[in-house]
Amino acid sequence: MTPLRQSLELGLVLCRTCGLAVSRASLKVDQRCPRCQSRIEHRTPFSTEMTLAWLIAGIVFYIPANLLPVMHTSGLLGEADSTIIGGILEFWRSGDWDIALLIFIASVAVPLTKFIAIGLLLLTVGKSSRWQQHQRTVLYRVVEFIGYWSMLDVIVVALTSALMQFQVLGTAEPRAGIAFFCGVVVVTMLSALSFDPRLIWDQRV
Amino acid sequence: MSAAPTPPSEEEIPTPVVQNRRWIPRLVWVVPIAAAVIGISLLIRNWENAGPRITISFLRGEGVQVGKTLIKYRDVTVGHVSAVGLSADHQTVLVSADLSKDAASLLKADTQFWVVRPRIGVGSVSGLDTLLTGVYIGMKTGAATLSERDFVGLEDPPALSHGPRGRELQLHAARAGSLAIGAPVYFRQFQVGRVIDENLLPDGSTRVTVFVDAPYDGFVKPVTRFWNASGIDVKLGADGLNVQTESLAAVLAGGLAFDDGPIEALFAAGGTPGEFTLYRNETEAMAPPDGDPHYIRMRFAQGLRGLEAGAPVEFVGVNIGSVVAVDLGYEHQDRSFPVIVTAKVYPRRMGQAFEALAAQGKTESEETLAAFVGTLVKRGLRAQPRSGSLLTEKLYIALDFLPASPRAAFDASIRPLELPTVNGTFQELEANIGRLVTKVNDLPLEQIAADLHTDLKDLHETLSELHSRVLPSAEDTLSALHRTLDSADQTLDVQSPLQRGLTETLSESRSTLQAVRELADYLDRHPDALLRGRRPQKMPESPAAPSSDAKP
Repeated sequence: MTPLRQSLELGLVLCRTCGLAVSRASLKVDQRCPRCQSRIEHRTPFSTEMTLAWLIAGIVFYIPANLLPVMHTSGLLGEADSTIIGGILEFWRSGDWDIALLIFIASVAVPLTKFIAIGLLLLTVGKSSRWQQHQRTVLYRVVEFIGYWSMLDVIVVALTSALMQFQVLGTAEPRAGIAFFCGVVVVTMLSALSFDPRLIWDQRV
Repeated sequence: MSAAPTPPSEEEIPTPVVQNRRWIPRLVWVVPIAAAVIGISLLIRNWENAGPRITISFLRGEGVQVGKTLIKYRDVTVGHVSAVGLSADHQTVLVSADLSKDAASLLKADTQFWVVRPRIGVGSVSGLDTLLTGVYIGMKTGAATLSERDFVGLEDPPALSHGPRGRELQLHAARAGSLAIGAPVYFRQFQVGRVIDENLLPDGSTRVTVFVDAPYDGFVKPVTRFWNASGIDVKLGADGLNVQTESLAAVLAGGLAFDDGPIEALFAAGGTPGEFTLYRNETEAMAPPDGDPHYIRMRFAQGLRGLEAGAPVEFVGVNIGSVVAVDLGYEHQDRSFPVIVTAKVYPRRMGQAFEALAAQGKTESEETLAAFVGTLVKRGLRAQPRSGSLLTEKLYIALDFLPASPRAAFDASIRPLELPTVNGTFQELEANIGRLVTKVNDLPLEQIAADLHTDLKDLHETLSELHSRVLPSAEDTLSALHRTLDSADQTLDVQSPLQRGLTETLSESRSTLQAVRELADYLDRHPDALLRGRRPQKMPESPAAPSSDAKP
């Protein structure tokens, strides 16, 4: 397999918005994409720094998201605050293993996967590693894709709270934890967005 | 496309741009810092808000669920159960609970916890809401100054959950009767409180703690007497049947009542405030204070069936004590088994007599009292079992003066005092009947019957002779008598000449007698008429005068 040629060598710059490969020489000082007029950079500046910042924010948010209750239910049979893990365990114990698994994937597995994946990408990019460059690009696409699905939990709480309003018989209210969880999802998406996957292919010459 | 021109252009382009936008990526770091600040502040707030964790031990953990069972104070949730486990010796259930921060001040050394379950008693139904919601743990704060984190839970809810205003009183009684916690306390048949605790003291007596609610605790004075109002009080007195009860609930669940004690108690009032004696019934409670009991002993020569401990001892008809024990003794000298009765008497119950005696100094000490009893024995004081009721055969001891009883020895130095006895009236009656029966047995009945038989035979002969000889002559006599009576009847008839003559004679003599009386009257008024003869009447004031004119 012949080594891939870098855009730098070819004198090209890719517009990340419309995907147009622009000749570096044709770029003006303002560095606008000739097609979509969006700012065009050879590499997104401070991409790793911003990704890291968002990632750390996500991890920090993830702690209260799990410790604090996400939902408060009250009804004839008493009232309860449920955390994410508590809810999963409750479903698991009551035999609804499928629902438990779904919530587990959406609210535990996916965020953790994202943290690990982005962390891995940052680490390897920082080292300009040549290891599994293709796989890491795929990983980045996956992270971008699964980001939306983490919102499942937030939607569940939002729907339950909206629908379960039977006053005495039973009410459900969102609690602070879900806001933090929402924060986790948003921040990790931002983190993934600020990452410039082209950095994966950069290597020290 | 050549790579040669690119490096310089690439060097040129980024440099100014990067410098200009350097603050934006730096700004991004605000986000994780803000997140960290929020997270840390949340943790600090959580940690600050985290109330104490307490451990309560119960004998049973029925219905207590981790995370679901709540701790409630005045029906407000102050915490929840965070763990349920067994103690190391497996004897108790340890319930751990997280309380909210503001509940920490409620945790005193004597704070009480109990599991609220549905309870249905005679007096009340409680905790029905827990049928649906599951049990919860009730809490009542204490008054102690020390705070505590480990508690021993109550198995039954306290009768008073949340310190209402009022007064707590301790009642001492020999036995609690059928009192339950929560049993009502009445003042003049008005419920003013309830029993909140019952304890068996180490000496075997019971202590009942009652709570009297605030406006009514003023009725409790040092002279107040408490009594057990359980059950129905039926009295058959001279004024008819009298049934008294405080309330139906008191009949079923037991209850207490109190009222002011007798006047005498006013002077004897004392003792620890808030501590009272619980009397068995109203009569006992309202009796004047008894003072210290004195024990007396009596030996009865014959059996005393129907005499039981608790039977009254009466002195000249006044109840002054009760029998404590009925024992069988043995006398070696005559190999007999006397019945030894021990009784306690309260001289103070003699009322005015006791006061009079006390004024004379007879009650100063045991010795003077014993000496005084000695003089009474000389005057004929004897103990006698008597039948209280013909129906029940129950006996009581009567101390009475029986001067006719034989002289008895009395030793004033023996303790307890030993009173001479006489046999009971009923027993004496029995003995008398026995003697009578013996006498009847001793009668020569057969001989009497034989004699009677001969006598009757003689009588029969006499009668037959009478029949044959006397009766015919008697018949003649009777017919003669009949005739005589007939003639007498004719003679005495109204139409007979004799009768008529007699009537005339009688009317003659009546007018004669009237004339004589008038003459006597006249002479009485005018005694001079005997000498001067009769004068015509002219005095108008005498109404009798004109009528007497017509007469001679």
